[in-house]
Amino acid sequence: MYDIKAIYEAFSVEEAIRLLQEHPEAQILAGGSDVLVQIREGRRAGKEFVSIFRIDALRGVTMEEDGTIRIGSLTSFAHITADPIIQNHIPVLGEAVDQVGSPQIRAIGTIGGNTCNGVTSADSASTLHALDAVVELTGPEGVRYLPIEKFYLSAGKVDLKPAELQTAILIPKEAYENYNGFYIKYGMRNAMEIATTGCSVNVRLNDDKTVIEDIRIGYGVAGPVPLRARHAEAVGRGLTVSPESIRAISEAVSEDVRPRDSWRASKAFREHLCHVMCERAAEAAIRRAGGEL
Amino acid sequence: MEKRQYKLVTCTINGVERSAMVDVRASLADMLRNEYELTSVKKGCDVGECGACTVIIDGECYNSCIYLAIWAEGKNIRTAEGLVGPNGELSDIQQAFVDEAAIQCGFCSPGFIMTATEILEKDKIYTDEELRKLLSGHLCRCTGYENILTAVRKTMYKRQGLEAPDELPESAWALKGTDKPSAGRFENMDLTEG
Repeated sequence: MYDIKAIYEAFSVEEAIRLLQEHPEAQILAGGSDVLVQIREGRRAGKEFVSIFRIDALRGVTMEEDGTIRIGSLTSFAHITADPIIQNHIPVLGEAVDQVGSPQIRAIGTIGGNTCNGVTSADSASTLHALDAVVELTGPEGVRYLPIEKFYLSAGKVDLKPAELQTAILIPKEAYENYNGFYIKYGMRNAMEIATTGCSVNVRLNDDKTVIEDIRIGYGVAGPVPLRARHAEAVGRGLTVSPESIRAISEAVSEDVRPRDSWRASKAFREHLCHVMCERAAEAAIRRAGGEL
Repeated sequence: MEKRQYKLVTCTINGVERSAMVDVRASLADMLRNEYELTSVKKGCDVGECGACTVIIDGECYNSCIYLAIWAEGKNIRTAEGLVGPNGELSDIQQAFVDEAAIQCGFCSPGFIMTATEILEKDKIYTDEELRKLLSGHLCRCTGYENILTAVRKTMYKRQGLEAPDELPESAWALKGTDKPSAGRFENMDLTEG
């Protein structure tokens, strides 16, 4: 039995907003693979919760008319990986979330929960950063949209206003069309592991695949929140496809990343990982895009 | 909690529709064990790490310890009890666990068997590497993983009407970039002498 004060169940987004307004102390419970565990740990014990788990309208991946890929916030990791739209257009996201926890965790864990808990190690986060994702937030005043980078405020804190919930993650067409990506997770084990550091790279090459037209680099656990390596991206834009270019980009990430010591790994080790993972992810992404190295 | 909150939960469990009033604070594992005496659903870690409480919900495996009982409304739930035939006959995967000695203390077995059931119902052949990943949500503290893997692999081949490779071929050690591990100082030990 969980130590829970009360649970209010919502079956629609409107109902969830109303329940959150009626119970301002209540916390949002989605798949529960973090929240329920934190209740057991005592960190969230004795609290009130609004369960949004059964709002089926928030599940599934769809292609909107303008080519935007819409991922309902309650879509499980397993369903994202298996989804044909994801596999055809942004396979890197399906591969990234396939590295979360275990098969059972990927069946219950949701992409909305993975981003709303605000942790830097979330396996979806670095790839969503590298994909220029947009989060859709629905609250009493209606719907608003935020670039994922702006959604993260500080460690464990995201920009959710009172009675607001994340309803979707959107990947605009211009962010994925002609881009190829690759995600690397570094951990001590192959399963049930939290990333020591994660790096996701998206590239767009020119027509004859010799020049890096654009590159976006996302990191998890390279700072208190997931981040973009903007400086390294600027270095990479316009470089010819070559091992030297990749080295130049990965060296430039020093300007962007700011990992710290933790019991999982030292700052120095994480800095080293940031370079090596960028190099390897960029190489894999370029190969996927048809570049020769 | 000042006032207890209960909800009527109706779901299909091992093919039979069942209803019970459950405390909203209960996990699905609590409900299956306490209301329906389905004690194959083991409580190991209670935080979704060990997989001992794994059940199949609408065709997918979940850790029932981190799944609220109230979320089970309308769902189709299967536990290891549901695999047994009308006269107590074991299913092929359960029998394979017996035959391969894939059971030591037995605590992880029902969970492993439910994940194996989901894998087998995909009706395809997986490589060992894929099987290891698919089974990675379970801990066996007796560390009997190899026999569990063999039981799943053999049943998977059997269901396809094929003979399973008995063990990793010798060359697999080379594939891993290592020599076959030597038994070291025990290698030449003569076990026949008293």
